[in-house]
Amino acid sequence: MKIETYEKAYLWLGGLTLLACLVVLLYSSVAMDIHLPGRAGEVDPKLLASTPPFDQPGVRQVGPNKYEAVLIGRAWSFNPPEIRVPVGAEVTFIGTSQDVIHGFFIEGTRVNIMLIPGQIATATHTFREPGEYTVICHEYCGIGHHTMFGKVIAE
Amino acid sequence: MSASTVYDPSGFEIPASHKRFLRWTIYIGYGALIAGIFHGLANALSYANINILPYFPRLRGYYQGLTAHGVANVLVFTFAFSNGFLPLMTARALSRQLVSSLVYACFALLAIGNVLVVYAIVTNQASVLYTSYAPLQAHWTYYVGLVFIVLSTWAALLNMLIVLRRWRRDHIGERVPLLAFISVVAYVMWFLASLPIAVEFIGFLIPWSLGAYGGLVDPLLTRTLFWFTGHAIVYAWLLPAYVSWYALVPRQAGGLLVSDALTRTVFILFLILSIPTGFHHQYTDPGIPEGMKAVHGVLTFGVFFPSLATAFSVVAALEIGARRRGGRGVIRWIAKLPWNDPSVTAQMLAMAVFVFGGITGLINASFTMNQIIHNTTWVPGHFHMTVGTAVALTFVGVAYWMIPYLTGRALWSRKLALASSWIYTIGVLIFARGMISAGLEGMPRRLFRVQATYTNPDWRLGGVLTGIGGTLMFIGLALFFVVIGMTILRGKKGEQPKDIPVSRTLLAPSLSGWDRHLDRIGLWVLVTVALIAIAYGPFFASYLPARMISPGFRLY
Repeated sequence: MKIETYEKAYLWLGGLTLLACLVVLLYSSVAMDIHLPGRAGEVDPKLLASTPPFDQPGVRQVGPNKYEAVLIGRAWSFNPPEIRVPVGAEVTFIGTSQDVIHGFFIEGTRVNIMLIPGQIATATHTFREPGEYTVICHEYCGIGHHTMFGKVIAE
Repeated sequence: MSASTVYDPSGFEIPASHKRFLRWTIYIGYGALIAGIFHGLANALSYANINILPYFPRLRGYYQGLTAHGVANVLVFTFAFSNGFLPLMTARALSRQLVSSLVYACFALLAIGNVLVVYAIVTNQASVLYTSYAPLQAHWTYYVGLVFIVLSTWAALLNMLIVLRRWRRDHIGERVPLLAFISVVAYVMWFLASLPIAVEFIGFLIPWSLGAYGGLVDPLLTRTLFWFTGHAIVYAWLLPAYVSWYALVPRQAGGLLVSDALTRTVFILFLILSIPTGFHHQYTDPGIPEGMKAVHGVLTFGVFFPSLATAFSVVAALEIGARRRGGRGVIRWIAKLPWNDPSVTAQMLAMAVFVFGGITGLINASFTMNQIIHNTTWVPGHFHMTVGTAVALTFVGVAYWMIPYLTGRALWSRKLALASSWIYTIGVLIFARGMISAGLEGMPRRLFRVQATYTNPDWRLGGVLTGIGGTLMFIGLALFFVVIGMTILRGKKGEQPKDIPVSRTLLAPSLSGWDRHLDRIGLWVLVTVALIAIAYGPFFASYLPARMISPGFRLY
């Protein structure tokens, strides 16, 4: 296949640029420890009230400076609506949905997960600044979707 | 050595009856788009805290309207246009008649699908958005209607494959004319891509909406099947635009397509790489292992490569044309492009905006950055520059020669046609600037902001820009419909283009060497299926059987 010289040079340059972006991306994921949610278990959405840890939504300490925040999304609120965590502590959010698909997005952070019925979603974050962070359901979940929000208070 | 992209450049007439049905197939798409842009306007203004929905005669619900906007603009308009355009290109490129019954069937399937979908949406029984995420449940007519729309694309593909096969039987050893090859590959890719959503709808959502499986469904599995199709679908919208950029625009701009072999390679790469990329829409989903998401992320970077190659090729073709018209200098030749031709201008503006669409797309695919922008207005900011401009404005540009060609009437107003594309382009750049900046500040997409119970002062500027840009986009497309409507009704008879704009290539297809094998579509389909098995096999092998756990909810 004959390719014009300029085109060949451009394709090499473009291909190598893409490769460089990819290397930076993989490096940032490993070096900065940025991870995506994976498989963290399953739960029957009809039996949340009797299945730990979702039978007791809320914050609990699980180690020195380590906390877990268990939460449930439902149309159209979060349970609990307000989560209080200490500044500087490592907090793992453990969430699911009891009805349709919801989103769990803490403004100004990388905590951005989908709450899918049947699946347990997790995300870990350390709040460095004290303050009130709005939690937004950012997946369409019905006519009241724009009224579904919560709060994380880091203190 | 140069060659034409069609078999017989001296002319081939498409029968009038075929022209009529291809035209009406496209008109269904225009009907949908007219309805869709009113809700586009309402959505954009709602981000500027202005609510015009109470003034609408029907469809006053925000999410009902958002469903209509998505379904009309990206499902009905795009596929209606391609169902008319791609078979027309194949027939003309091969100088062969289409199969009449399949031309009619394609139109009929699309029409029936639309009747069902419009019924479900207008009666507020399907406000589930075009993503149709279970366990939000719609009326069965919505799902069945969407299946009919997909079936219409299959009818169009079958027609093209039959014509191609007949041509090959009479031309053993010859290379398939380029325009036919890329048109067929575009819809072959879409056919493969559409199979998972067919399984989702026919296997799960339709029976579930009719009460089967004990009324239960698997939310993660159906969502995964949706995105199995859902990323490749964007290339199904884009490739017909690429067909025009590669094979028609060079002729319209007085230039040449640079390389036959590279063009075929680009389309084969899209065939292979478009589908195994869907997990990058599910980066933030639980239930899918991180490693599998990373594989799809890498492949998404791979599918960016043929678009990079396209950028060189189409700009080179334009430059050849501009220099032939006396263009000089490193960039001054741009002024010599046919900026007075509304068809070329619309498509050049589409290409320019696509640069930003492509770059923001790479950012979406980068999973570390995706966590910042997932489900924020950044994402619609991105895709209004890709499908909303690169594709839609190209279809507008193609319409400016194709509707005259199909109706036998000259374009009604060149000036208004030019104004339409410029207003739309300026609009989308303002709109995307607003959505992207507010998205970085966390403004969620799919949000009825006027009535939201929370807000953020950082969203104000982005919201206002979204409203202003969206209004300009609405005006631009409204002008397009004025031009097309007046062309159909009042255009001068007999002054239309008599043939499609057929380009020639600088480097002709070779009759020896390995690139002959590019024409073996069946072989490349096998490669595609193998790569899909590698990318999706581990997920399904480790996940199945389906978890039928969720009853349906109608929360609208």
